[in-house]
Amino acid sequence: MEMPAPDPLVLLKKASLVATLKDVLPSDAVISDPVETRAYECDALTAYRCPPLCVVLPSSTEEVSQVLRICHDMNVPVVPRGSGTSLAGGALPTEDSVILGIARMNAVLETDYDNRLIRVQAGRTNLSVTGAVEADGFFYAPDPSSQLACAIAGNIAMNSGGAHCLKYGVTTNNLLGVTMVQMDGTVIELGGGHLDPAGYDLLGLICGSEGQLGVVTEATLRILRKPEGARPVLMGYDSSIVAGQVVSDIIKAGVLPVAIEFMDRPCIEACEAFAKAGYPMCEALLIVEVEGSEAEIDEQLGIITEIARSHNPVELREARDADEAGRIWLGRKSAFGAMGQINDYMCLDGTIPVSSLAFVLGRITELSKEFGLDVANVFHAGDGNMHPLILFDANVDGQLETCEALGAEILKLCVEAGGCLTGEHGVGIEKRDLMDVQFAPEDLEAQMAVKDVFDPKWLLNPAKVFPLAVSQDRRSASIAAQ
Amino acid sequence: MTETVAELPPTAAADLEPQTEQDLSEAVKSLRGPVRIVGGDTQALRCKTDRKLSVAGLSGVTLYEPGALTIVVQAGTQVSEIEGLLEGERQRLAFEPIDYRGLLGTDGAPTIGGVVAGGRSGPRRIQAGACRDALLGVRFVDGTGTIVKNGGRVMKNVTGYDLVKLMAGSFGTLGVLTEVSLKVLPIPAMTATVRLEDLADVDAIKALSAALGSPYDVTGAAHLSSPDKSLTSIRLEGFEASVRYRCGQLTQLLSRFGAVHIDDDPESVSQSWSDIRNVRPFHGTTDDVWKLSVTPSDAPGLVASLPDGIRSSASSVLYDWGGGLIWLATRPGSDLRASLPDLRGHATPVRASDSTRKTLGMFHPQPAPVERLSRQLRARFDPDGRFNPGLMHA
Repeated sequence: MEMPAPDPLVLLKKASLVATLKDVLPSDAVISDPVETRAYECDALTAYRCPPLCVVLPSSTEEVSQVLRICHDMNVPVVPRGSGTSLAGGALPTEDSVILGIARMNAVLETDYDNRLIRVQAGRTNLSVTGAVEADGFFYAPDPSSQLACAIAGNIAMNSGGAHCLKYGVTTNNLLGVTMVQMDGTVIELGGGHLDPAGYDLLGLICGSEGQLGVVTEATLRILRKPEGARPVLMGYDSSIVAGQVVSDIIKAGVLPVAIEFMDRPCIEACEAFAKAGYPMCEALLIVEVEGSEAEIDEQLGIITEIARSHNPVELREARDADEAGRIWLGRKSAFGAMGQINDYMCLDGTIPVSSLAFVLGRITELSKEFGLDVANVFHAGDGNMHPLILFDANVDGQLETCEALGAEILKLCVEAGGCLTGEHGVGIEKRDLMDVQFAPEDLEAQMAVKDVFDPKWLLNPAKVFPLAVSQDRRSASIAAQ
Repeated sequence: MTETVAELPPTAAADLEPQTEQDLSEAVKSLRGPVRIVGGDTQALRCKTDRKLSVAGLSGVTLYEPGALTIVVQAGTQVSEIEGLLEGERQRLAFEPIDYRGLLGTDGAPTIGGVVAGGRSGPRRIQAGACRDALLGVRFVDGTGTIVKNGGRVMKNVTGYDLVKLMAGSFGTLGVLTEVSLKVLPIPAMTATVRLEDLADVDAIKALSAALGSPYDVTGAAHLSSPDKSLTSIRLEGFEASVRYRCGQLTQLLSRFGAVHIDDDPESVSQSWSDIRNVRPFHGTTDDVWKLSVTPSDAPGLVASLPDGIRSSASSVLYDWGGGLIWLATRPGSDLRASLPDLRGHATPVRASDSTRKTLGMFHPQPAPVERLSRQLRARFDPDGRFNPGLMHA
């Protein structure tokens, strides 16, 4: 992965930068010792590493503002970081950048059940937002699988999703407001307890902008009352085409499950070997979960199982109690761990229209043979968000490169099928150079115009999202202006 | 049939009626001077020019996949055509956009482009999301005539910046929408309304909060406060057994507020929510009508705090979105914003004379840094100020 050469002028400023940052932050909030900054040299895309110039860990919006103003005035790039769980390299440092970690800002500022919202500092982890309200029967809906560790700040940056998006939407649909600091230190408030913006939907624009438009320090989130209950049903089919048809028929029947998960044979086999959940060996396995009271669940599952039966399943298993529900989810929830046991893997997250499911799965099988690497598929079928897992061995020379090349082909396939490169992980550096597969130059130009407005010097989260060649002129103009 | 714009001389001040996206792009490139963008012109927005650029010619459904809950349509397609098509598959636009014709006394046919550009969302916004939440992708022509696309037709998409949200509710000031893709949802088997009568506003909003904070999946929460009578309505939708169960649960939950009635007559339920969506109580009156977007629990206090004389006597207040959206009538020309200095949210004069809207501004003033960003965005997307000058951030 190509990264721009560090700006030598910035590297020379390290000592004075660190001294200036220490003027405004407590001494334990500025880390400049290369041994200690190593902890920040990568995120969850561990194949790429780069030590930053230094790391700051501010504790308030005011401190974030001071840090950004200093970096802005000294022309130093800044990489915002939540918990560092990005699978796309969204928080990968450059050698000439300051990592701005927001982990110390994790307080709950306000819970308001009358208005069904919670206001938190953005370093708070996703799961602990729900943790703050669940004793009162509420929850925060977006549930990315890294939810134990990932921060709300990162969720907002990447517009994170999860398994329950079909019913509850993704981060942007559950975000009511933010406090955000611009690169020049200006603090702005967007949204809050009211639903619609007074002018342009800047909140919607910020969400998913990968930390390139500002640093979000506080967030107002929509919370919901927990449903009375939930129950999954498992069904196996001997063809992924049929399984795709089942998904489509369920949706057309007017049932809106909270989750429809899909696993193909390689994934079922790996999960079975790892977790022994008792899954049937077949080409395609669906787990469909519905919510409500007991009677409501029965009614919905009645419709779903009738559709399932009409397509001749090799297995149809309804959970009769919590234990059986747990067993149904067991294999799916351990899918990534199971893959990790077998090999190194790369997890993609392109989205496709549900109608092209069978076509895309067929093509992935062909591509897998062509490149000589196994691919297992596990994904959110209701919304078409695929997660092909490409298995490779990082210790074998060239396999990472082959894996990346196969990954690129699969993502191009998703775009050709009418979908997109990334459904919930974000572009980061990982998919940066594929952006022109999905977008024409004019489309990227319109997005970069937004960046110009919010961060005219192009200092925030450098070298992400846009292909380096496409953003070259803007980045060099900013360096030349120093 | 209208001539295509490409054949008009660039200096002609005639209205423009392109028939294709390409035509529209060419027309914008050769524009001298500004235009007012219209679909069906049912919201009757005024700006600093009367020369129209009509998108009504860009009409038709590009793609509809009921099994994927998605529809892609050209921006000038009439809402009624889309709703008819969806209904054939027992689906609908879940955000139930307001039809402004009754309130504003306009005619013409609302288009989907107008709905998206105006960010119009009805009662179901609290549960199914707003227009912007259903909007999956856009194509538009910016102020330089460049055709831009963003988003797509899949529900989960975080590829690049989300200009889809930016375009929704930008009233054509950043570009002319040519095509939109939308998430649609199934029409439920049954709808019922749980009703309470004659609650004081403050109690009504408490009752709505209790319902919205319950696990019973409320899809509408409104309170109409009229001088002679008031009515609090909570909508439940779904399969019949489920709706009946939840009606029972809500009846128990809300009985502390007063007698609870259930309306399960399909016609009356449908009519009453259509009246809320289209703000029927204000149709045919002569007052100014304002829309306020606020934190729900603030709503009754804000209305009560209004000084005597600003509201027309004997007029209604309609609270939707559990209190988060307030519709009320004021004496013509009144500056409602000046009476609400502590408003956390914003107020819009939706129906007022041209001069009132011009004096007060249709859009609520924003904090300086937000206003600055907005103006700069507009200057980037429409550098020559061709689209809807005078509206929003310009």
